[in-house]
Amino acid sequence: MKAQRSRISPSLKLISQAALALALLPAAHAGEVAVAVAANFTAPMNKLAAMFEKAIGDKVVISSGATGKFYAQIVNGAPFDVLLAADDTTPEKLEKEGKAVKDTRYTYAIGKLVLWSPQGNYVDGEGKVLTSDFTHISIANPKLAPYGAAAMETLEKLKLTDSIKPRIVTGENIGQTYQFVATGNAPLGFVALSQVMQDGKVSKGSYWIVPETMHEAIRQDAILLNKGADNDSAKALLKYLKSDEARAVIKTFGYGF
Amino acid sequence: MQFTAENWQAVLLTLRLAGLTTLLLLILCTPLAWWLAHTRSRWRAPISAVVALPLVLPPTVIGFYLLVLMGPQGPVGQLMQSMGLKLLPFTFNGLLIGSLVYSMPFAVQPLQRAFEALGRRPMEVAATLGAAPLDRFFSVAFPMARNGFLTAAVMTFAHTVGEFGVVLMLGGNIPGQTRVISVQIYDHVEALEYTQAHWLAAGMLVFSFIVLLSIHLLQRPQSCS
Repeated sequence: MKAQRSRISPSLKLISQAALALALLPAAHAGEVAVAVAANFTAPMNKLAAMFEKAIGDKVVISSGATGKFYAQIVNGAPFDVLLAADDTTPEKLEKEGKAVKDTRYTYAIGKLVLWSPQGNYVDGEGKVLTSDFTHISIANPKLAPYGAAAMETLEKLKLTDSIKPRIVTGENIGQTYQFVATGNAPLGFVALSQVMQDGKVSKGSYWIVPETMHEAIRQDAILLNKGADNDSAKALLKYLKSDEARAVIKTFGYGF
Repeated sequence: MQFTAENWQAVLLTLRLAGLTTLLLLILCTPLAWWLAHTRSRWRAPISAVVALPLVLPPTVIGFYLLVLMGPQGPVGQLMQSMGLKLLPFTFNGLLIGSLVYSMPFAVQPLQRAFEALGRRPMEVAATLGAAPLDRFFSVAFPMARNGFLTAAVMTFAHTVGEFGVVLMLGGNIPGQTRVISVQIYDHVEALEYTQAHWLAAGMLVFSFIVLLSIHLLQRPQSCS
């Protein structure tokens, strides 16, 4: 019995391996999608890409960065199939300028702004800390980053702009803004909730999730770019991001819909 | 809408930063370059390597480590705090320190080459004539190494003006304090304000050309003699 089984199993193994290779080979060649991802969505996208690759079998190549930079690169022929922007204006602009496929634009997530400090018991649940005499507050460049613009709107609404302005240190994007706070050089800052959230909760420090009534919604839109117009993987990815499975993951990073 | 007040502010700040960096580096690096040019110590090679590090390191590495070192948890930051001083990131002084590190090889290396070319002989002759060490340096070495000093000054100044990664990581982009030309250009480009970006960028291009041209003209007589 034993001998028999051992004689069969290697060949079985070989056959199954060959079958697996055959099944995987065409898939690996068939699909690859290049995605330009807004810096604040990098962490969820890494997770979603792995899930997509497993579910669909197509490969996702992620480039993450500032949406403004992506715009300039796309206009100049960058080889991206899909853009997941940090705002809704950039995809609209690309569509209007004929750089993206019409009617493929939709909001894949609504960003949430959070006032965050790596120190526990520092930021209270109502943002009253903003009236204290901290040294610096880190905010993304409002001209470039929607999270920065939302932060400035919030300060405006709280009538704190004048008192806080001299203490603002500006990150060129939300990633750098986070870095200024995380290294402790600024005791607090307005960052994306997705940056401080892990598995559905803020992983460390103290925070105030800014109510959405304080600023305009941070709509993050996705769009199919011209280069990806005939790429089935790109279309599949855009569809996948709307699926319940994907949305459940996006939600754990603190985004809304 | 031509050259905005913000742009002028960035230009003036950059000139102030580059000017101070050049002045301080020439003072600090002269003894170091002198030592490197004349020593036979086994520390010569490692110290030369450390001095040259900013030439090969990405500015982001320098900026990141300076940010960590000078931050509230870093050793420099803790020292500053214990002395009751303000932390360095996001300040002009912080940028100045970053620039000193970043531009150091551009001051040390031309000086070192000039001192090496000088050799020991003129100094020995001056010594036999009874000149004290400082006098020897200022009345013999300094005039003879003049081109080295000029090259070091021009290179240091120009390199500091062109600094980007370090100031971006360390500066916090504060108008009038830490927003230098290169960061301002970056902001303009990112915000798709290409006209404004062109004003500054073209200015930098012309400036850099003049700098390189002047170094070329400076060094020509040296190579002829």
